[in-house]
Amino acid sequence: MINFFEVNETNKMIEKENLDVRTITMGISLLDCIDSDINKVNENIYNKIKKYAANLVQTGDDIAKEYGIPVVNKRISVTPIALVGGAACKTIDDYVSIAQTLDKVATEVGVNFIGGFSALVSKGMTPSDELLIRSIPKALATTGRVCSSVNVGSTKTGINMDAVRLIGEMIKETAELTKEDDSLGCAKFVVFCNAPDDNPFMAGAFHGVTEADAIINVGVSGPGVVRKALSKVRGESFEVLCETIKKTAFKVTRVGQLVAQEASKRLGVPFGIVDLSLAPTPAIGDSVADVLCEIGLEYAGAPGTTAALALLNDQVKKGGVMASSYVGGLSGAFIPVSEDQGMIDAVQAGALTIEKLEAMTCVCSVGLDMIAIPGDTKATTISGIIADEMAIGMVNQKTTAVRVIPVVGKGVGEIVEFGGLLGYAPIMPVNQFSCDAFVNRKGRIPAPIHSFKN
Amino acid sequence: MKKAIITVVGKDTVGIIAKVCVFLAENNVNILDISQTIVDGYFNMMMVVDVTNAAFDKICDGLTATGEEIGVVIHCQREDIFNKMHRI
Repeated sequence: MINFFEVNETNKMIEKENLDVRTITMGISLLDCIDSDINKVNENIYNKIKKYAANLVQTGDDIAKEYGIPVVNKRISVTPIALVGGAACKTIDDYVSIAQTLDKVATEVGVNFIGGFSALVSKGMTPSDELLIRSIPKALATTGRVCSSVNVGSTKTGINMDAVRLIGEMIKETAELTKEDDSLGCAKFVVFCNAPDDNPFMAGAFHGVTEADAIINVGVSGPGVVRKALSKVRGESFEVLCETIKKTAFKVTRVGQLVAQEASKRLGVPFGIVDLSLAPTPAIGDSVADVLCEIGLEYAGAPGTTAALALLNDQVKKGGVMASSYVGGLSGAFIPVSEDQGMIDAVQAGALTIEKLEAMTCVCSVGLDMIAIPGDTKATTISGIIADEMAIGMVNQKTTAVRVIPVVGKGVGEIVEFGGLLGYAPIMPVNQFSCDAFVNRKGRIPAPIHSFKN
Repeated sequence: MKKAIITVVGKDTVGIIAKVCVFLAENNVNILDISQTIVDGYFNMMMVVDVTNAAFDKICDGLTATGEEIGVVIHCQREDIFNKMHRI
Protein backbone atom coordinates (compact mmCIF):
# COMPACT_ATOMS: atom_id res chain seq x y z
CA MET A 1 0.00 0.00 0.00
CA ILE A 2 1.09 3.54 -0.72
CA ASN A 3 2.85 5.11 2.25
CA PHE A 4 2.96 8.55 3.79
CA PHE A 5 6.34 9.38 2.30
CA GLU A 6 5.26 8.60 -1.25
CA VAL A 7 2.06 10.62 -0.96
CA ASN A 8 4.00 13.58 0.41
CA GLU A 9 6.59 13.32 -2.36
CA THR A 10 3.93 13.45 -5.07
CA ASN A 11 2.03 16.30 -3.46
CA LYS A 12 5.20 18.29 -2.86
CA MET A 13 6.04 17.96 -6.57
CA ILE A 14 2.62 19.35 -7.43
CA GLU A 15 2.41 22.10 -4.82
CA LYS A 16 6.00 23.32 -4.54
CA GLU A 17 7.78 22.24 -7.72
CA ASN A 18 5.18 23.08 -10.36
CA LEU A 19 4.50 19.53 -11.52
CA ASP A 20 1.55 19.68 -13.86
CA VAL A 21 0.08 18.23 -16.97
CA ARG A 22 0.88 20.99 -19.40
CA THR A 23 -1.72 20.11 -21.97
CA ILE A 24 -4.35 17.64 -23.05
CA THR A 25 -4.50 18.17 -26.78
CA MET A 26 -7.24 16.59 -28.84
CA GLY A 27 -6.23 15.96 -32.42
CA ILE A 28 -9.16 16.03 -34.82
CA SER A 29 -9.03 15.08 -38.49
CA LEU A 30 -10.81 17.57 -40.75
CA LEU A 31 -10.22 15.61 -43.95
CA ASP A 32 -13.93 14.72 -44.12
CA CYS A 33 -14.80 18.43 -43.95
CA ILE A 34 -13.45 19.11 -47.45
CA ASP A 35 -15.88 20.71 -49.89
CA SER A 36 -15.60 23.02 -52.89
CA ASP A 37 -17.87 25.59 -51.23
CA ILE A 38 -16.02 27.66 -48.61
CA ASN A 39 -19.15 28.25 -46.52
CA LYS A 40 -19.79 24.53 -46.41
CA VAL A 41 -16.16 23.87 -45.39
CA ASN A 42 -16.48 26.33 -42.52
CA GLU A 43 -19.76 24.78 -41.44
CA ASN A 44 -18.31 21.25 -41.56
CA ILE A 45 -15.24 22.27 -39.55
CA TYR A 46 -17.34 23.97 -36.92
CA ASN A 47 -19.64 20.95 -36.54
CA LYS A 48 -16.87 18.35 -36.45
CA ILE A 49 -14.83 20.15 -33.78
CA LYS A 50 -17.95 20.90 -31.74
CA LYS A 51 -18.92 17.22 -31.86
CA TYR A 52 -15.61 15.87 -30.58
CA ALA A 53 -14.38 18.60 -28.28
CA ALA A 54 -17.56 19.76 -26.55
CA ASN A 55 -16.58 18.03 -23.29
CA LEU A 56 -12.79 18.37 -23.55
CA VAL A 57 -12.37 21.25 -21.12
CA GLN A 58 -14.82 19.87 -18.56
CA THR A 59 -13.14 16.45 -18.70
CA GLY A 60 -9.71 18.01 -18.19
CA ASP A 61 -10.99 19.96 -15.20
CA ASP A 62 -12.68 16.87 -13.73
CA ILE A 63 -9.47 14.83 -13.98
CA ALA A 64 -7.48 17.67 -12.43
CA LYS A 65 -9.82 17.75 -9.47
CA GLU A 66 -9.99 14.01 -8.88
CA TYR A 67 -6.25 13.42 -9.02
CA GLY A 68 -5.19 16.74 -7.53
CA ILE A 69 -2.90 17.48 -10.46
CA PRO A 70 -3.33 20.72 -12.44
CA VAL A 71 -4.16 20.25 -16.11
CA VAL A 72 -3.03 23.66 -17.29
CA ASN A 73 -4.17 23.73 -20.90
CA LYS A 74 -6.83 22.03 -22.94
CA ARG A 75 -6.17 22.39 -26.64
CA ILE A 76 -7.14 21.17 -30.08
CA SER A 77 -5.02 20.36 -33.12
CA VAL A 78 -6.50 19.83 -36.56
CA THR A 79 -5.45 18.54 -39.97
CA PRO A 80 -3.21 21.06 -41.77
CA ILE A 81 -5.71 23.53 -43.16
CA ALA A 82 -3.93 23.81 -46.53
CA LEU A 83 -5.18 20.26 -47.21
CA VAL A 84 -8.70 20.94 -45.96
CA GLY A 85 -9.19 24.30 -47.66
CA GLY A 86 -7.41 23.52 -50.92
CA ALA A 87 -10.56 22.78 -52.94
CA ALA A 88 -12.52 25.78 -51.67
CA CYS A 89 -10.09 28.60 -50.96
CA LYS A 90 -9.49 30.90 -53.90
CA THR A 91 -8.34 33.97 -52.00
CA ILE A 92 -6.44 34.89 -48.87
CA ASP A 93 -9.73 35.93 -47.28
CA ASP A 94 -11.16 32.44 -47.83
CA TYR A 95 -8.36 31.00 -45.71
CA VAL A 96 -8.75 33.76 -43.15
CA SER A 97 -12.43 32.80 -42.86
CA ILE A 98 -11.36 29.25 -41.90
CA ALA A 99 -9.00 30.67 -39.27
CA GLN A 100 -11.90 32.67 -37.91
CA THR A 101 -14.10 29.58 -37.80
CA LEU A 102 -11.38 27.76 -35.84
CA ASP A 103 -11.10 30.72 -33.48
CA LYS A 104 -14.85 30.83 -32.96
CA VAL A 105 -15.22 27.14 -32.19
CA ALA A 106 -12.12 27.19 -29.94
CA THR A 107 -13.67 30.01 -27.94
CA GLU A 108 -16.98 28.20 -27.69
CA VAL A 109 -15.53 24.91 -26.45
CA GLY A 110 -13.20 26.84 -24.12
CA VAL A 111 -9.76 25.69 -25.31
CA ASN A 112 -7.03 28.34 -25.13
CA PHE A 113 -5.32 27.44 -28.42
CA ILE A 114 -6.19 25.58 -31.60
CA GLY A 115 -3.30 24.51 -33.83
CA GLY A 116 -3.21 23.38 -37.42
CA PHE A 117 -3.51 26.48 -39.56
CA SER A 118 -0.65 24.80 -41.31
CA ALA A 119 0.93 23.67 -44.54
CA LEU A 120 3.37 20.84 -45.23
CA VAL A 121 5.67 22.06 -47.96
CA SER A 122 8.98 20.34 -47.30
CA LYS A 123 9.54 19.61 -51.00
CA GLY A 124 7.24 21.94 -52.86
CA MET A 125 4.24 24.21 -52.49
CA THR A 126 0.89 23.70 -54.19
CA PRO A 127 -1.00 26.91 -55.06
CA SER A 128 -3.20 26.11 -52.06
CA ASP A 129 -0.18 25.79 -49.73
CA GLU A 130 1.19 29.10 -50.94
CA LEU A 131 -2.15 30.83 -50.53
CA LEU A 132 -2.41 29.57 -46.97
CA ILE A 133 1.10 30.77 -46.14
CA ARG A 134 0.27 34.18 -47.59
CA SER A 135 -2.89 34.30 -45.46
CA ILE A 136 -1.02 33.60 -42.19
CA PRO A 137 -0.34 37.27 -41.25
CA LYS A 138 -3.97 38.29 -41.59
CA ALA A 139 -5.22 35.04 -40.01
CA LEU A 140 -3.05 35.53 -36.92
CA ALA A 141 -3.84 39.25 -36.69
CA THR A 142 -7.59 38.70 -36.75
CA THR A 143 -7.82 35.71 -34.39
CA GLY A 144 -6.80 35.14 -30.78
CA ARG A 145 -6.48 31.40 -30.34
CA VAL A 146 -5.38 30.09 -33.71
CA CYS A 147 -1.80 28.81 -34.03
CA SER A 148 -0.06 28.29 -37.30
CA SER A 149 2.90 26.22 -38.46
CA VAL A 150 4.63 25.35 -41.71
CA ASN A 151 6.91 22.38 -42.29
CA VAL A 152 9.52 23.56 -44.77
CA GLY A 153 12.01 20.72 -44.68
CA SER A 154 12.72 17.12 -43.79
CA THR A 155 15.60 14.68 -43.81
CA LYS A 156 13.89 12.78 -46.62
CA THR A 157 13.12 15.75 -48.86
CA GLY A 158 15.64 18.48 -48.12
CA ILE A 159 14.69 22.12 -47.49
CA ASN A 160 12.21 24.07 -49.57
CA MET A 161 14.07 27.38 -49.79
CA ASP A 162 11.27 29.07 -51.74
CA ALA A 163 9.05 28.48 -48.71
CA VAL A 164 11.80 29.62 -46.32
CA ARG A 165 12.12 32.89 -48.25
CA LEU A 166 8.36 33.44 -48.33
CA ILE A 167 8.04 32.73 -44.60
CA GLY A 168 10.69 35.33 -43.75
CA GLU A 169 8.44 37.88 -45.45
CA MET A 170 5.29 36.53 -43.79
CA ILE A 171 6.86 36.76 -40.31
CA LYS A 172 7.70 40.42 -41.00
CA GLU A 173 4.16 41.06 -42.21
CA THR A 174 2.64 39.31 -39.18
CA ALA A 175 4.82 41.44 -36.90
CA GLU A 176 3.65 44.58 -38.68
CA LEU A 177 -0.05 43.65 -38.53
CA THR A 178 0.16 42.93 -34.80
CA LYS A 179 2.56 45.75 -33.86
CA GLU A 180 0.06 47.25 -31.40
CA ASP A 181 0.54 44.10 -29.29
CA ASP A 182 4.34 43.92 -29.52
CA SER A 183 4.06 41.78 -32.69
CA LEU A 184 2.34 39.04 -30.69
CA GLY A 185 1.08 37.36 -33.88
CA CYS A 186 4.57 35.93 -34.48
CA ALA A 187 4.41 34.08 -31.14
CA LYS A 188 1.60 31.99 -32.61
CA PHE A 189 3.58 30.86 -35.64
CA VAL A 190 6.37 28.32 -35.93
CA VAL A 191 8.33 26.94 -38.87
CA PHE A 192 9.51 23.32 -38.73
CA CYS A 193 11.90 20.80 -40.21
CA ASN A 194 10.78 17.16 -39.63
CA ALA A 195 7.56 18.28 -37.91
CA PRO A 196 5.97 15.48 -35.83
CA ASP A 197 2.35 14.54 -36.59
CA ASP A 198 1.40 14.12 -32.95
CA ASN A 199 2.88 17.11 -31.17
CA PRO A 200 0.57 18.28 -28.36
CA PHE A 201 2.40 21.57 -27.76
CA MET A 202 1.65 24.94 -29.35
CA ALA A 203 2.30 26.74 -31.57
CA GLY A 204 3.38 23.71 -33.60
CA ALA A 205 0.57 21.24 -32.95
CA PHE A 206 -1.31 19.87 -35.93
CA HIS A 207 -3.13 16.59 -36.53
CA GLY A 208 -1.08 14.66 -39.06
CA VAL A 209 -2.70 12.98 -42.05
CA THR A 210 -1.49 9.59 -40.85
CA GLU A 211 -3.49 9.90 -37.63
CA ALA A 212 -6.92 8.49 -36.71
CA ASP A 213 -10.13 10.53 -36.83
CA ALA A 214 -9.51 11.86 -33.33
CA ILE A 215 -6.83 11.25 -30.74
CA ILE A 216 -5.76 12.39 -27.28
CA ASN A 217 -2.14 13.50 -26.87
CA VAL A 218 -0.76 14.69 -23.57
CA GLY A 219 2.22 16.85 -22.72
CA VAL A 220 3.60 16.72 -19.20
CA SER A 221 5.95 19.17 -17.61
CA GLY A 222 8.21 19.29 -14.63
CA PRO A 223 11.52 21.15 -14.92
CA GLY A 224 10.97 22.29 -11.31
CA VAL A 225 10.75 18.69 -10.14
CA VAL A 226 13.97 17.74 -11.94
CA ARG A 227 15.79 20.77 -10.54
CA LYS A 228 14.70 19.97 -7.00
CA ALA A 229 15.81 16.34 -7.35
CA LEU A 230 19.18 17.47 -8.71
CA SER A 231 19.69 19.89 -5.83
CA LYS A 232 20.06 16.81 -3.61
CA VAL A 233 22.95 15.35 -5.65
CA ARG A 234 25.23 18.39 -6.01
CA GLY A 235 28.85 17.39 -6.51
CA GLU A 236 28.00 13.76 -7.29
CA SER A 237 29.25 11.93 -10.40
CA PHE A 238 27.61 12.00 -13.82
CA GLU A 239 26.29 8.52 -13.15
CA VAL A 240 24.36 9.71 -10.11
CA LEU A 241 23.25 12.85 -11.95
CA CYS A 242 21.89 10.88 -14.90
CA GLU A 243 20.16 8.27 -12.74
CA THR A 244 18.44 11.04 -10.78
CA ILE A 245 17.12 12.72 -13.93
CA LYS A 246 15.97 9.39 -15.31
CA LYS A 247 14.05 8.39 -12.19
CA THR A 248 12.42 11.80 -11.92
CA ALA A 249 11.44 11.79 -15.60
CA PHE A 250 9.87 8.37 -15.05
CA LYS A 251 7.68 9.63 -12.23
CA VAL A 252 6.63 12.76 -14.09
CA THR A 253 5.75 10.80 -17.21
CA ARG A 254 3.68 8.26 -15.30
CA VAL A 255 1.35 11.07 -14.30
CA GLY A 256 1.03 12.03 -17.96
CA GLN A 257 0.27 8.46 -18.92
CA LEU A 258 -2.45 8.22 -16.26
CA VAL A 259 -4.08 11.47 -17.32
CA ALA A 260 -3.90 10.53 -21.00
CA GLN A 261 -5.54 7.16 -20.43
CA GLU A 262 -8.21 8.64 -18.22
CA ALA A 263 -8.99 11.48 -20.66
CA SER A 264 -9.10 9.01 -23.53
CA LYS A 265 -11.54 6.75 -21.67
CA ARG A 266 -13.85 9.55 -20.57
CA LEU A 267 -13.96 11.27 -23.96
CA GLY A 268 -14.26 8.05 -25.94
CA VAL A 269 -11.30 9.06 -28.08
CA PRO A 270 -8.22 6.83 -28.51
CA PHE A 271 -5.02 7.61 -26.62
CA GLY A 272 -2.26 8.75 -28.93
CA ILE A 273 1.01 9.61 -27.21
CA VAL A 274 2.56 11.17 -24.16
CA ASP A 275 5.11 13.81 -25.04
CA LEU A 276 8.00 13.66 -22.59
CA SER A 277 9.14 17.21 -22.94
CA LEU A 278 10.30 19.34 -20.05
CA ALA A 279 8.32 22.47 -20.83
CA PRO A 280 9.09 25.58 -18.80
CA THR A 281 6.76 28.44 -17.89
CA PRO A 282 7.63 31.97 -16.75
CA ALA A 283 6.78 30.94 -13.15
CA ILE A 284 9.76 31.02 -10.80
CA GLY A 285 11.25 27.56 -10.42
CA ASP A 286 9.58 26.17 -13.56
CA SER A 287 12.67 26.63 -15.69
CA VAL A 288 14.83 24.38 -17.89
CA ALA A 289 17.66 26.92 -17.59
CA ASP A 290 17.55 26.44 -13.80
CA VAL A 291 18.04 22.69 -14.34
CA LEU A 292 21.14 23.46 -16.43
CA CYS A 293 22.41 25.71 -13.62
CA GLU A 294 21.75 22.95 -11.10
CA ILE A 295 23.83 20.61 -13.27
CA GLY A 296 26.69 23.04 -12.74
CA LEU A 297 26.54 26.12 -14.95
CA GLU A 298 26.57 29.71 -13.71
CA TYR A 299 24.08 30.64 -16.41
CA ALA A 300 22.50 28.84 -19.36
CA GLY A 301 24.80 29.71 -22.25
CA ALA A 302 28.07 29.24 -20.36
CA PRO A 303 30.59 26.80 -21.88
CA GLY A 304 29.32 23.29 -21.16
CA THR A 305 25.69 24.25 -21.79
CA THR A 306 25.32 22.14 -24.95
CA ALA A 307 26.76 19.08 -23.22
CA ALA A 308 24.57 19.58 -20.14
CA LEU A 309 21.48 19.96 -22.32
CA ALA A 310 22.38 16.88 -24.38
CA LEU A 311 22.66 14.86 -21.19
CA LEU A 312 19.41 16.24 -19.81
CA ASN A 313 17.48 15.62 -23.02
CA ASP A 314 18.73 12.06 -23.29
CA GLN A 315 18.02 11.12 -19.69
CA VAL A 316 14.52 12.60 -19.83
CA LYS A 317 13.79 10.35 -22.80
CA LYS A 318 15.35 7.27 -21.21
CA GLY A 319 13.34 7.74 -18.02
CA GLY A 320 10.13 8.61 -19.78
CA VAL A 321 10.09 5.90 -22.40
CA MET A 322 9.45 3.13 -19.90
CA ALA A 323 6.78 5.15 -18.13
CA SER A 324 4.47 5.44 -21.11
CA SER A 325 3.08 2.89 -23.52
CA TYR A 326 3.31 5.32 -26.45
CA VAL A 327 5.81 8.12 -26.55
CA GLY A 328 5.81 10.68 -29.31
CA GLY A 329 5.55 14.32 -30.16
CA LEU A 330 8.79 16.16 -29.63
CA SER A 331 9.92 14.59 -26.35
CA GLY A 332 12.97 16.13 -24.70
CA ALA A 333 13.56 19.60 -23.32
CA PHE A 334 12.16 22.84 -24.64
CA ILE A 335 14.37 25.91 -24.52
CA PRO A 336 12.11 28.87 -25.22
CA VAL A 337 13.54 32.19 -24.10
CA SER A 338 10.53 34.27 -23.12
CA GLU A 339 8.75 31.40 -21.36
CA ASP A 340 11.66 30.57 -19.06
CA GLN A 341 12.83 32.96 -16.32
CA GLY A 342 16.26 31.33 -16.20
CA MET A 343 16.77 31.87 -19.93
CA ILE A 344 15.64 35.49 -19.63
CA ASP A 345 18.14 36.04 -16.80
CA ALA A 346 20.89 34.43 -18.91
CA VAL A 347 20.16 36.75 -21.85
CA GLN A 348 20.13 39.80 -19.59
CA ALA A 349 23.44 38.74 -18.03
CA GLY A 350 24.98 38.49 -21.49
CA ALA A 351 25.55 34.74 -21.16
CA LEU A 352 23.20 33.58 -23.88
CA THR A 353 23.21 34.54 -27.56
CA ILE A 354 21.21 33.37 -30.57
CA GLU A 355 24.30 31.51 -31.82
CA LYS A 356 24.60 29.57 -28.55
CA LEU A 357 20.89 28.81 -28.63
CA GLU A 358 21.38 27.47 -32.15
CA ALA A 359 24.08 25.12 -30.89
CA MET A 360 21.76 24.00 -28.08
CA THR A 361 19.03 23.14 -30.57
CA CYS A 362 21.32 20.49 -32.07
CA VAL A 363 20.84 18.38 -28.94
CA CYS A 364 17.39 19.31 -27.62
CA SER A 365 13.95 18.53 -28.88
CA VAL A 366 12.96 21.68 -30.70
CA GLY A 367 14.66 24.84 -31.83
CA LEU A 368 14.96 28.59 -31.61
CA ASP A 369 11.84 29.30 -29.62
CA MET A 370 10.18 32.50 -28.47
CA ILE A 371 13.13 34.72 -29.28
CA ALA A 372 12.42 38.43 -29.61
CA ILE A 373 14.62 40.18 -32.19
CA PRO A 374 14.79 43.81 -33.34
CA GLY A 375 11.83 44.94 -35.45
CA ASP A 376 14.10 46.23 -38.20
CA THR A 377 15.60 42.79 -38.86
CA LYS A 378 15.41 42.10 -42.62
CA ALA A 379 13.10 39.37 -43.96
CA THR A 380 16.07 37.70 -45.65
CA THR A 381 17.96 37.61 -42.34
CA ILE A 382 14.98 35.87 -40.71
CA SER A 383 14.93 33.42 -43.63
CA GLY A 384 18.66 32.85 -43.12
CA ILE A 385 18.11 32.05 -39.42
CA ILE A 386 15.32 29.66 -40.42
CA ALA A 387 17.49 27.99 -43.08
CA ASP A 388 20.30 27.39 -40.57
CA GLU A 389 17.93 25.81 -38.08
CA MET A 390 16.23 23.68 -40.73
CA ALA A 391 19.64 22.43 -41.89
CA ILE A 392 20.41 21.25 -38.34
CA GLY A 393 17.19 19.26 -38.30
CA MET A 394 17.62 17.89 -41.80
CA VAL A 395 21.18 16.64 -41.30
CA ASN A 396 20.65 15.31 -37.76
CA GLN A 397 17.34 13.60 -38.56
CA LYS A 398 15.54 15.46 -35.81
CA THR A 399 12.81 18.02 -35.41
CA THR A 400 13.92 21.63 -35.36
CA ALA A 401 11.82 24.75 -35.32
CA VAL A 402 12.01 28.52 -35.35
CA ARG A 403 9.66 30.89 -33.57
CA VAL A 404 11.14 34.38 -33.63
CA ILE A 405 9.34 37.65 -33.02
CA PRO A 406 10.70 40.74 -34.81
CA VAL A 407 9.15 43.31 -32.50
CA VAL A 408 8.15 46.35 -34.55
CA GLY A 409 9.47 49.63 -33.13
CA LYS A 410 11.77 48.02 -30.57
CA GLY A 411 15.50 47.39 -30.51
CA VAL A 412 18.17 45.36 -28.74
CA GLY A 413 17.90 45.33 -24.93
CA GLU A 414 14.32 46.55 -24.77
CA ILE A 415 11.80 44.29 -23.04
CA VAL A 416 8.73 42.94 -24.75
CA GLU A 417 5.79 41.61 -22.78
CA PHE A 418 3.67 38.84 -24.33
CA GLY A 419 1.66 37.97 -21.23
CA GLY A 420 0.51 34.72 -19.66
CA LEU A 421 2.36 31.53 -20.53
CA LEU A 422 4.20 33.32 -23.35
CA GLY A 423 6.07 35.42 -20.78
CA TYR A 424 8.37 38.35 -21.58
CA ALA A 425 11.72 38.67 -23.30
CA PRO A 426 14.63 41.02 -23.75
CA ILE A 427 15.24 41.66 -27.46
CA MET A 428 18.36 39.83 -28.59
CA PRO A 429 20.87 41.10 -31.14
CA VAL A 430 20.97 39.45 -34.56
CA ASN A 431 24.06 39.07 -36.77
CA GLN A 432 23.88 42.06 -39.12
CA PHE A 433 25.80 40.63 -42.06
CA SER A 434 23.78 39.96 -45.19
CA CYS A 435 22.60 36.61 -46.58
CA ASP A 436 20.42 38.18 -49.29
CA ALA A 437 22.12 36.49 -52.24
CA PHE A 438 21.88 33.08 -50.56
CA VAL A 439 18.23 33.37 -49.57
CA ASN A 440 17.20 34.82 -52.93
CA ARG A 441 18.31 31.75 -54.85
CA LYS A 442 15.32 29.78 -56.15
CA GLY A 443 14.45 26.14 -55.50
CA ARG A 444 15.36 23.74 -52.73
CA ILE A 445 18.30 22.26 -50.88
CA PRO A 446 18.54 18.54 -51.77
CA ALA A 447 18.06 15.80 -49.19
CA PRO A 448 21.27 14.83 -47.39
CA ILE A 449 23.18 11.70 -48.42
CA HIS A 450 22.31 9.74 -45.29
CA SER A 451 18.60 9.97 -46.05
CA PHE A 452 19.01 7.36 -48.81
CA LYS A 453 18.50 4.29 -46.72
CA ASN A 454 16.19 2.33 -49.01
CA MET B 1 -13.27 -0.85 -4.88
CA LYS B 2 -12.45 2.79 -5.66
CA LYS B 3 -9.83 4.05 -3.27
CA ALA B 4 -8.81 7.59 -2.51
CA ILE B 5 -6.09 9.14 -0.40
CA ILE B 6 -6.96 11.96 1.97
CA THR B 7 -4.15 14.10 3.34
CA VAL B 8 -4.59 16.61 6.15
CA VAL B 9 -1.85 19.09 7.00
CA GLY B 10 -2.01 22.07 9.34
CA LYS B 11 -1.54 23.45 12.84
CA ASP B 12 -2.55 20.88 15.44
CA THR B 13 -5.77 21.47 17.29
CA VAL B 14 -8.47 19.52 19.12
CA GLY B 15 -10.86 17.46 17.00
CA ILE B 16 -9.26 17.37 13.55
CA ILE B 17 -9.64 13.60 13.15
CA ALA B 18 -13.10 13.70 14.68
CA LYS B 19 -14.34 16.36 12.26
CA VAL B 20 -12.93 14.60 9.21
CA CYS B 21 -14.24 11.19 10.29
CA VAL B 22 -17.72 12.49 11.02
CA PHE B 23 -17.85 14.07 7.58
CA LEU B 24 -16.72 10.82 5.94
CA ALA B 25 -19.23 8.73 7.89
CA GLU B 26 -22.06 11.07 6.92
CA ASN B 27 -21.09 10.69 3.28
CA ASN B 28 -20.84 6.91 3.23
CA VAL B 29 -17.05 6.77 2.91
CA ASN B 30 -15.36 3.81 4.60
CA ILE B 31 -11.92 4.37 6.17
CA LEU B 32 -9.42 1.61 5.36
CA ASP B 33 -6.26 2.96 6.94
CA ILE B 34 -5.09 5.96 8.95
CA SER B 35 -1.61 7.12 9.79
CA GLN B 36 -0.97 10.32 11.67
CA THR B 37 1.94 12.19 13.19
CA ILE B 38 2.87 15.59 14.61
CA VAL B 39 5.99 17.30 13.26
CA ASP B 40 7.02 20.60 14.94
CA GLY B 41 3.47 21.22 16.10
CA TYR B 42 2.10 20.50 12.65
CA PHE B 43 -0.53 17.86 12.22
CA ASN B 44 0.04 15.40 9.34
CA MET B 45 -2.49 12.71 8.52
CA MET B 46 -2.99 10.33 5.64
CA MET B 47 -6.10 8.22 5.20
CA VAL B 48 -6.86 5.52 2.68
CA VAL B 49 -10.60 5.45 2.08
CA ASP B 50 -13.12 3.59 -0.03
CA VAL B 51 -15.19 5.99 -2.14
CA THR B 52 -17.09 3.36 -4.14
CA ASN B 53 -20.42 4.40 -2.69
CA ALA B 54 -19.82 8.12 -2.51
CA ALA B 55 -19.98 11.03 -4.93
CA PHE B 56 -16.28 11.85 -5.34
CA ASP B 57 -16.88 15.42 -6.40
CA LYS B 58 -19.00 16.13 -3.34
CA ILE B 59 -16.44 14.51 -1.01
CA CYS B 60 -13.62 16.68 -2.39
CA ASP B 61 -15.57 19.91 -2.03
CA GLY B 62 -16.87 18.93 1.41
CA LEU B 63 -13.40 18.07 2.71
CA THR B 64 -11.96 21.34 1.39
CA ALA B 65 -14.72 23.22 3.24
CA THR B 66 -14.18 21.16 6.42
CA GLY B 67 -10.46 21.94 6.24
CA GLU B 68 -11.12 25.67 5.93
CA GLU B 69 -13.43 25.49 8.91
CA ILE B 70 -10.77 23.97 11.21
CA GLY B 71 -7.77 25.77 9.70
CA VAL B 72 -6.02 22.83 8.00
CA VAL B 73 -5.44 21.93 4.35
CA ILE B 74 -7.24 18.79 3.19
CA HIS B 75 -6.67 17.11 -0.16
CA CYS B 76 -8.60 14.16 -1.50
CA GLN B 77 -7.11 12.42 -4.54
CA ARG B 78 -7.81 9.18 -6.36
CA GLU B 79 -5.24 6.59 -5.32
CA ASP B 80 -4.14 5.85 -8.92
CA ILE B 81 -1.91 8.91 -9.19
CA PHE B 82 0.30 7.63 -6.36
CA ASN B 83 0.28 4.03 -7.54
CA LYS B 84 1.22 5.06 -11.05
CA MET B 85 4.06 7.25 -9.88
CA HIS B 86 5.56 4.99 -7.23
CA ARG B 87 4.81 1.44 -8.41
CA ILE B 88 5.85 -0.25 -11.64
